[in-house]
Amino acid sequence: MVKKKKINIAVTGLNAIDSPGPGVPVIRALKESKLFDVRIIGLSYESLEPGIYMHNLVDKTYQVPLPSAGKATLMERLRYINSVEKIDVIIPNFDAELFNFIKLADTLKKDLKINTFLPTLEQFEERHKSNLPEYGKKHKIKIPYSKLIFSVKEIPSLTNEFIYPLVVKGKFYDASIAYTPEQVATYFNKISAKWGLPVIIQQFVHGQEVNVTAIGDGKGNTIGAVPMRKQYITDKGKAWSGISIDDKNLLNMTHKLIKSTKWKGGMELEIIKTSEGDYYLIEINPRFPAWVYLAVGCGQNHPEALVRLALGEKVEPFKKYDIGKLFVRYSWDMIVNLKEFEKISTLGEL
Amino acid sequence: MKLKKNLALSDSGFVFDPSTGDSFSTNPIGLEIIRMLKEGKTSNDIKAHILKTYMTDDASFEKDFYDFINMLTKHNLVEGGEKEKN
Repeated sequence: MVKKKKINIAVTGLNAIDSPGPGVPVIRALKESKLFDVRIIGLSYESLEPGIYMHNLVDKTYQVPLPSAGKATLMERLRYINSVEKIDVIIPNFDAELFNFIKLADTLKKDLKINTFLPTLEQFEERHKSNLPEYGKKHKIKIPYSKLIFSVKEIPSLTNEFIYPLVVKGKFYDASIAYTPEQVATYFNKISAKWGLPVIIQQFVHGQEVNVTAIGDGKGNTIGAVPMRKQYITDKGKAWSGISIDDKNLLNMTHKLIKSTKWKGGMELEIIKTSEGDYYLIEINPRFPAWVYLAVGCGQNHPEALVRLALGEKVEPFKKYDIGKLFVRYSWDMIVNLKEFEKISTLGEL
Repeated sequence: MKLKKNLALSDSGFVFDPSTGDSFSTNPIGLEIIRMLKEGKTSNDIKAHILKTYMTDDASFEKDFYDFINMLTKHNLVEGGEKEKN
């Protein structure tokens, strides 16, 4: 039996509202690692993120400043947390926080000996929703026709370029399908108030929603990739249930993209497969998805592989995964003592 | 007509298409026909077997069989229905 290596891993994304964060599934994957005996340090933004109270998964949680506070404030907080916890690896799981973590990656390594395995700033910026059409051209991947808009005044003229319905998207999160210009205006106001400008208008593509969770080694190699067909979709468009599928086209697309971009770290590809058999990339998320635990269930522990890569280990690509494995998500009401809520709210630690 | 090679069939009549994630359930006769199609039997072979085994006539078989085949095609379970891309 291999003796497991003791390791401290800090993880963000402990939230689980109707668009759940990937933190808890990433932690579950790490807790099931055959190589590491992990102590999990949760990094939370709000006092009601459920991961904070999941003591069987998260050993200690610290509040961290919101991404808008900037990287210096984050670094200061991480310095303190590290002085107590001696973190080996940090896995950030939110798009909105990645910019700061990518910028801090070298300092974290140099000053605090904390390892990360994140996309480069160029990889991160290039795949932004707002840059996706260019990205598609560069990497020879089909992307639905898209346009950035900055004002409601631009909405009436959209009929010259698009056929309704359209998808109205925020630059980080949120997407709504609009069937009329009035609906576009409503979603524009809602999304721009939350995520800022520009707002992305994308041609709606009819078809099946398929996603891939993958990990690239930063040299062009795909370490793992598991495609999933959404089985049950929430109002927010999130998969509440999904099944692993054997789709060679999706895997080829993933390998091609990772090779061409030399993607470093976890990622999720969101794709629409039309009834004609065409594949349209609608989004690239620069981190693991909330359904990443399905990959573990299929025999590919992507978070464990990411930790190994972050530690500089050589990782051989996964060669297979189980097909026809489902995930079925559920919600679970935890009973939490007020004392715990008080502690994380006032002291910022639990 | 050829069914997709990788279709998974269970004795209960559960049919799973691993390339799309779609699943279906069929009755015992449907399962028998799908199995024969997977083995590469022709429609004439299948007809001969069904007429010999069950109390049905030629016309009823033809109608039901081709309805069933249309259904398989519609659900994309037939070879060639999916294109290999990239």
